[in-house]
Amino acid sequence: MLGEGIAKGLIETARNFLGSYVNKDRLTTVQYPEERLPQAEATRDFPFLVYDGEDWQAGLRCVGCQICEKECPPKCIFIEKSTDKKPDAVGKPQFYPAVFNIDISVCMSCQICVKVCPFDAIKMDTAFELSTYDRFGGLLWDKAKLAKPNQHYHEIHPTEAAEVDGRLADERAKADAKAKAAAEAKASAPPPATPPAAPPANSGVSSTS
Amino acid sequence: MTALSYNSLHHSSPQAADQIFVIVQHWIVGHAPVGLQPLLAILLSVVAIVGGFGLLFAITTILERKGLGRIQNRYGPNRVGFFGSLQPIADAIKSLTKEDIVPQTADKLVHLLAPILLVLAAFSVYAVLPVGRNMVLVNLDAGVLFFFAIGSVTEVAVFMAGWSSRNKYSLLGAMRAIAQMISYEVPLILSSLTVIMATGSLSTVSIVEKQAGYTGILPHWFIFTPWGFAGFVLFMIAATAESNRSPFDLPEGESEIIAGYYIEYSGFKFALFFLGEYLGMFAISGLAITLFLGGWNAPLPFLTWVPSYLWFFAKLLTLIVAFIWVRGTLPRLRMDQLMNFAWKFMLPMALLNLITAAVWHFMPAGPVRWLVSIVLVVVPYTVLGRNQMHKGHLEKRVYRFAE
Repeated sequence: MLGEGIAKGLIETARNFLGSYVNKDRLTTVQYPEERLPQAEATRDFPFLVYDGEDWQAGLRCVGCQICEKECPPKCIFIEKSTDKKPDAVGKPQFYPAVFNIDISVCMSCQICVKVCPFDAIKMDTAFELSTYDRFGGLLWDKAKLAKPNQHYHEIHPTEAAEVDGRLADERAKADAKAKAAAEAKASAPPPATPPAAPPANSGVSSTS
Repeated sequence: MTALSYNSLHHSSPQAADQIFVIVQHWIVGHAPVGLQPLLAILLSVVAIVGGFGLLFAITTILERKGLGRIQNRYGPNRVGFFGSLQPIADAIKSLTKEDIVPQTADKLVHLLAPILLVLAAFSVYAVLPVGRNMVLVNLDAGVLFFFAIGSVTEVAVFMAGWSSRNKYSLLGAMRAIAQMISYEVPLILSSLTVIMATGSLSTVSIVEKQAGYTGILPHWFIFTPWGFAGFVLFMIAATAESNRSPFDLPEGESEIIAGYYIEYSGFKFALFFLGEYLGMFAISGLAITLFLGGWNAPLPFLTWVPSYLWFFAKLLTLIVAFIWVRGTLPRLRMDQLMNFAWKFMLPMALLNLITAAVWHFMPAGPVRWLVSIVLVVVPYTVLGRNQMHKGHLEKRVYRFAE
């Protein structure tokens, strides 16, 4: 008969209405600012720059290679490469980003910058309460704001950070071994090593100038 | 046309509580110079209507949001004030301080006038609604006619809004609104005609007076007759469509045409539309109460000591709760379903209901009259309903071009 379904529906909604006062389990809403659900480990929103050690300016892993800037689909990254070299966390002289800006109002959280970074210098953060009164300057983050310690990375993405640290340590060990081997080779046969090394260096200079 | 009829003022205590607003108004008016008294009396009533129903609007918005929330197993607004009770004030401040955006190509004058006209028309119909004993602004001889005539001005306002915005969704929404409102105005008026046949009067006050009195404990409301019950149900369905409420909210159709005719409205103009829509709902519920639910009469004979306006507002709140309940339950209809329902079900039912009312009127009182009337209501309902349901069976859709 016409109206039967309507009556059934009305009973169902009435049951929901009354049930929500009796049974607290029905109310699945989380009262957000006071209560929070734990974030999933894979959560990501905007990128940050990882630094090792205590001093963010010295420990920044980024060497200003500008790969992320070129790969960024919405072009929200702006990098100015330094002209000089500074020692990095390990003490090796490296270029560094003189300016590193990310416009997070443009960023679409695609994580491509993270994927392409050869130095594990840029990672995704999980902070999401980023509203600001200044929609232009307030959303254009500079190097100082983007830099976060490796410990922070460990806090938000523990498994991933452990994996990255392991890889970096491996690479460092390998490089150290290589350097040691090279040094040993150099030590064992010093005279023939220098002459062949000089011409390619010269040719490299002449081609760039 | 009298501003208020003060004919039966008794100053003993239950009557004093019942007539308190009338007495207060009388007392205030008494202080004014004689020439200004009628004007002041009307002005006071208008202020009371605007204030009272404006307040009811505020209460209803919070009730609706809370009720819908609970129906969907949510809390609803619970931030402002005690359990969100001050939410309407926050909403009012928000809508007042928001930027008023008018599209560059809009017809600016009509765009401005549309919400004003809607609210004006919505408020005007309250003039003939008796909210309590002796509490009606004007007792027009053609009160019901006045109500429907002014009530249909809202359609003009809606179309003004849709047309002047120069937006395709606005226009679509407005055209849907016009089609829907005109279609449902027919069963709305036809279903209320039964009451006019029974009372022989178009005056809302005398319709309420005809429903006073009790048989045993049953009040003489028209809803307690077969034709009155059918008429009430038809009236309420048509009223839902008239006030653009779910499941008949096609003109707004949030998911299809965003907000229909008020897509280009913001800030306070949007709030006015919102207000107009709710006022329309209250007014038409008030008319349903007047026509079928005995107006301000008490439902039981031993409850007559409760002030009459409280009964009116209790009935009004009950109907509002029913509106909210239905909104929380039913999904939006499709345009063809809406039109089919109006013309193939509502209209024949309303016309047959007129015959039922006539049969009831001319047959001698007794069980035979009840039986005949009930058969006259139930049989067409079953037949038409079955017809509707069989027509609506789903078929496998055949795509001719997009394969």
